[in-house]
Amino acid sequence: MNNKQKKSGFSVRSVVATGIGAAVFFVLMKFIAIPTGISNTNINVAEGWLALIAGLFGPVVGLLVGFIGHTLNDAVTYGSPWWSWVIADALFGFLLGLSKRFLALEYGDLSAKKLIQFNIWQAVSNIFVWVVVAPIGDILIYKEAAQKVFLQGAVTAVVNIVSVAVIGSLLLVAYVKSRPKKSSLRSE
Amino acid sequence: MNNLFGYKKRDTWLNHTTGTAKLVGFLLLTTIGMISYDTRFLLGLGLFAVVLMQTTQIKYHEYALMLNLVLVFAVINLVMIMVLAPQYGTQLYGTRHVLFGSGYWSITQEQLFYEFNLLLKYLFSLPFAIILLFTTNPSEFSAGLNKIGVPYKIAYAFAITLRYIPDVQSDYHTISLAQQARGYEISKKASLKARAKGAVQIILPLVFTSLDRIETISQAMELRRFGRQKKRSWYQEQSFSRRDVSVLVGSVIIVGIGIALLLSNGGRLYNPFK
Amino acid sequence: MTLPLIDFKHVTFKYHAQAEPTLHDVSFQINPGEKVLIAGASGSGKTTLLRLLNGLIPQAYEGEVTGSLTLNGKNILDQTLFDLSLQAGTVLQDSDAQFVGLTVAEDIAFALENDYQPVNKIKAAVSKWANWFGLGERLELSPQALSGGQKQRTAMAGVLVDDGKLLLFDEPLASLDPAAGATAMEMIDNLQSERDLTVVIIEHRIEEVLNANVDRVIVMADGRIVANGTPTEIIQAGVLPKNGLDEPLYIQLLRRANIDITKISGISDVSTVNVNQHKAAIAQLKQKINKNQHLAPQLVIKDLAFSYDNNQTLFAQFNATINQGEILGIVGKNGSGKTTLSHLLTGFLNPESGDILLDGQSVLQQSIKERADHIGYVLQNPNHMITKSTVYEEVASGLVLRQIPEDQIETRVRQVLKLIDLDAMRHWPIAALSFGQKKRLTIAAVLVLEPKILILDEPTAGQDATHTGELLQFLSRINKDKQTTIIIITHDMHLLANFVQRTLVIVNGQLIGDTTPAELLADEQLVEDASLRTTSIYQLAERLEISHPEELNAAIVTQ
Ligand SMILES: Nc1ncnc2c1ncn2[C@@H]1O[C@H](COP(=O)(O)OP(=O)(O)OP(=O)(O)O)[C@@H](O)[C@H]1O
Ligand SMILES: Nc1ncnc2c1ncn2[C@@H]1O[C@H](COP(=O)(O)OP(=O)(O)OP(=O)(O)O)[C@@H](O)[C@H]1O
Ligand SMILES: [Mg+2]
Ligand SMILES: [Mg+2]
Repeated sequence: MNNKQKKSGFSVRSVVATGIGAAVFFVLMKFIAIPTGISNTNINVAEGWLALIAGLFGPVVGLLVGFIGHTLNDAVTYGSPWWSWVIADALFGFLLGLSKRFLALEYGDLSAKKLIQFNIWQAVSNIFVWVVVAPIGDILIYKEAAQKVFLQGAVTAVVNIVSVAVIGSLLLVAYVKSRPKKSSLRSE
Repeated sequence: MNNLFGYKKRDTWLNHTTGTAKLVGFLLLTTIGMISYDTRFLLGLGLFAVVLMQTTQIKYHEYALMLNLVLVFAVINLVMIMVLAPQYGTQLYGTRHVLFGSGYWSITQEQLFYEFNLLLKYLFSLPFAIILLFTTNPSEFSAGLNKIGVPYKIAYAFAITLRYIPDVQSDYHTISLAQQARGYEISKKASLKARAKGAVQIILPLVFTSLDRIETISQAMELRRFGRQKKRSWYQEQSFSRRDVSVLVGSVIIVGIGIALLLSNGGRLYNPFK
Repeated sequence: MTLPLIDFKHVTFKYHAQAEPTLHDVSFQINPGEKVLIAGASGSGKTTLLRLLNGLIPQAYEGEVTGSLTLNGKNILDQTLFDLSLQAGTVLQDSDAQFVGLTVAEDIAFALENDYQPVNKIKAAVSKWANWFGLGERLELSPQALSGGQKQRTAMAGVLVDDGKLLLFDEPLASLDPAAGATAMEMIDNLQSERDLTVVIIEHRIEEVLNANVDRVIVMADGRIVANGTPTEIIQAGVLPKNGLDEPLYIQLLRRANIDITKISGISDVSTVNVNQHKAAIAQLKQKINKNQHLAPQLVIKDLAFSYDNNQTLFAQFNATINQGEILGIVGKNGSGKTTLSHLLTGFLNPESGDILLDGQSVLQQSIKERADHIGYVLQNPNHMITKSTVYEEVASGLVLRQIPEDQIETRVRQVLKLIDLDAMRHWPIAALSFGQKKRLTIAAVLVLEPKILILDEPTAGQDATHTGELLQFLSRINKDKQTTIIIITHDMHLLANFVQRTLVIVNGQLIGDTTPAELLADEQLVEDASLRTTSIYQLAERLEISHPEELNAAIVTQ
């Protein structure tokens, strides 16, 4: 949309996308749970939103939305942020932001191929972030027991892969469908 | 006033301290507490935090929910470690004093001590966080972040988050009710599949309204010159007083003690078993 | 002869995504110190014109501009958005979106903060403007705690801190109740004379803007300027009705009395219009109003009590009856509890005590979904209701959920879509609809479920006369054909005076009036208590000392 003001890197639109993105992420994380049927395990809608917003606005916005959203949620629920997971979520936003280039959502169509690419990429990112980064962070920062944190990480990775596959893909498809196609705006 | 964090005007010295000082203090103290595994230090820090909280007139019922959540969180984690890695304490402290049981399931003093430390870690930061959240005007956070070096655009993004969370929340609530009136059942009565479908029907409008918002708000901000200068001033910015300096100095001293203990222990662990 | 402040010569503009230009060969000038109203049907290009003035085009919206456009003698296209914003302050329509600060004070300070001004200077400016707008006591409130009018004033203050000489307003009245709207116009008027500002206002509520001494009116249609003159010239030439816009009601009345408008002095303002010699002709228009026929009670609210958890009691012992097949209006100032009442009726909220009876049976035990089968509710914001991506799917979804057979769905949906004139667009993506069309779509989606009672929350806010007219026609058709009871919550005095059969006046959770709109508007005390405004017909009647003004009003209602 903007072609002129690409001056100081972070555009006003990106600032707002970060702010609103994190607000929605927070609300989804705190208040919305879609049960999976397995006890105490919910589909994480917030990660699906993170995928969409990162895919639309790129890695920096993705990173900040994950960071701010997760920090706030931790702060309000548990008092203080659990940094290793905050970092993991931020990194996840960053990695998904890299998909902006090949998704090119602003320009209209979303082929099955792109959707598959997106899902492979999100699965890889999820595994990297939750099975590698978060547990190592737990061990380094909090000296937690490896057995425990890797198990937690693996469960989270699976839940999030499924969440993003379902909610993220759904949001992408709905977004593209809602955009009027180029030069289709002709008065009858 | 924005009540997300339970901030209230109270007439205590911590309320009058600037957001910047409290933010820096919070970050310093929780970081050192995160690094240190010195039981004496963590206990001391935790007690200090509780005493500090007493001076702020925050009532128990205001943070009871948070406390319960943290306790549940802590118990689940401690039990998980007990089940998954019952010998991790021995490994960490390098000695083995079995209390009872045998083999994989033997309970050692080291394990109990380690888990006690972990419990302290889960808990000690809560009072600090409560103080920070309950005594700081949300508007001061962004100014504070900017002051400690976070670029103002990112600090402002954070301000936007705080500004719009209540709006997003009420959007969500309204949309949810409107969808139920349309015939989507999302209460516990419905089947799992129906509930999942219902939830999606709320998320979609929420997502589109929010994306629309991004466009209008960024226009409104550009029309008032956001992003024009390299720097930005903050209405909520406050000048430092002696109070703020003492908060900072106090925090630095505590961090110093923590570091001294790290050095004297020769590592992050305090090991009473050797 | 001063230089014009704004000078457009042969400006044509095409949005990037559009096939045809949106503005065609637009030329006009605005002089310093003028107050100009831009009127035109929805989609005629008013907002687009404003975006050219404040620089959002081409900097936020891509497109092709030809012709010459200058502000203060300098080419607008050569200046950055930032430079322009120092000369021209814009107050956007959506006062929620432009409230970016966490509190009133921070929002007023926003522009100065961005200019990196020293904090003490900012504080001085904020307190000056906050006091000017009567917000001095509210500096620490969050937007969630403000009324629509207060948000609007905050937005104005936030723009005025710049000391720019040009103010642009996009539909400043859309969300305000009549009294607050009048206050807002008064403030704009005072500001303009006190600070020698130039003011451009886009507005559909023409009668209320003309009340505030507008110097000139520019009328747009299909991207062209079709008229540009003083209010008197515009009214005398009859430009407004030709372009689907509402003339002030007293003008409509004079036309009905066959008075030659071009021969009358002071025509642009109801308080100056000189029609004393036509008093007889006007008085003769009076029509007897047939009193309400007796209808059977349908929805009975008994001793209802409710309060939001943090607040003091909103409703205590609230009683009201809604009759079968009537068109009921609910009015009252901002924050009186109108929306809350409809939430109680639909089950969005539950009362603390009391009962709600539908056809004699309590509905309190029913779920939201069950109640929705009888009571359809259209929320104020259509975006909160739309879940599907195409028009057809959206209307069909409620039926699909109720497991109606496919072929029946098709006929019922098409029937409703035809009724609201969206059938030809049934396969369009909803994002391509205008705000007014979206609003009609959400009404259709509720209507297709064939509720016995339909509740509409501010259905005409921000819509032009043509679309309002279409909507009302369609509502009265279903009211007649299907005996649907219609409940409208509104701030729109035209709608109230000309469409509604009975009115409930709610102020601070209390029912202070239950009467016909005509009698309501004739009761000065009640009008004031409810923050309403009488229409210009009542003012004219008072000046001419014609009794029973409601009977005059009836003259322009009955077609
Ligand atoms: N960003 C855009 N891209 C493409 N077309 C647009 C865009 N914005 C507006 N238009 C089109 O330009 C035309 C004029 O729109 P504009 O918003 O200026 O109307 P308006 O007179 O302000 O109407 P309203 O009274 O409903 O606000 C409309 O047909 C609209 O569809
Ligand atoms: N969710 C809520 N929580 C607490 N108080 C509320 C809530 N919603 C509304 N209120 C308060 O209840 C009162 C009635 O609000 P309501 O929205 O019913 O007014 P209204 O008559 O519809 O006003 P408007 O004309 O502005 O739409 C107001 O004082 C409002 O501040
Ligand atoms: Mg417009
Ligand atoms: Mg309301």
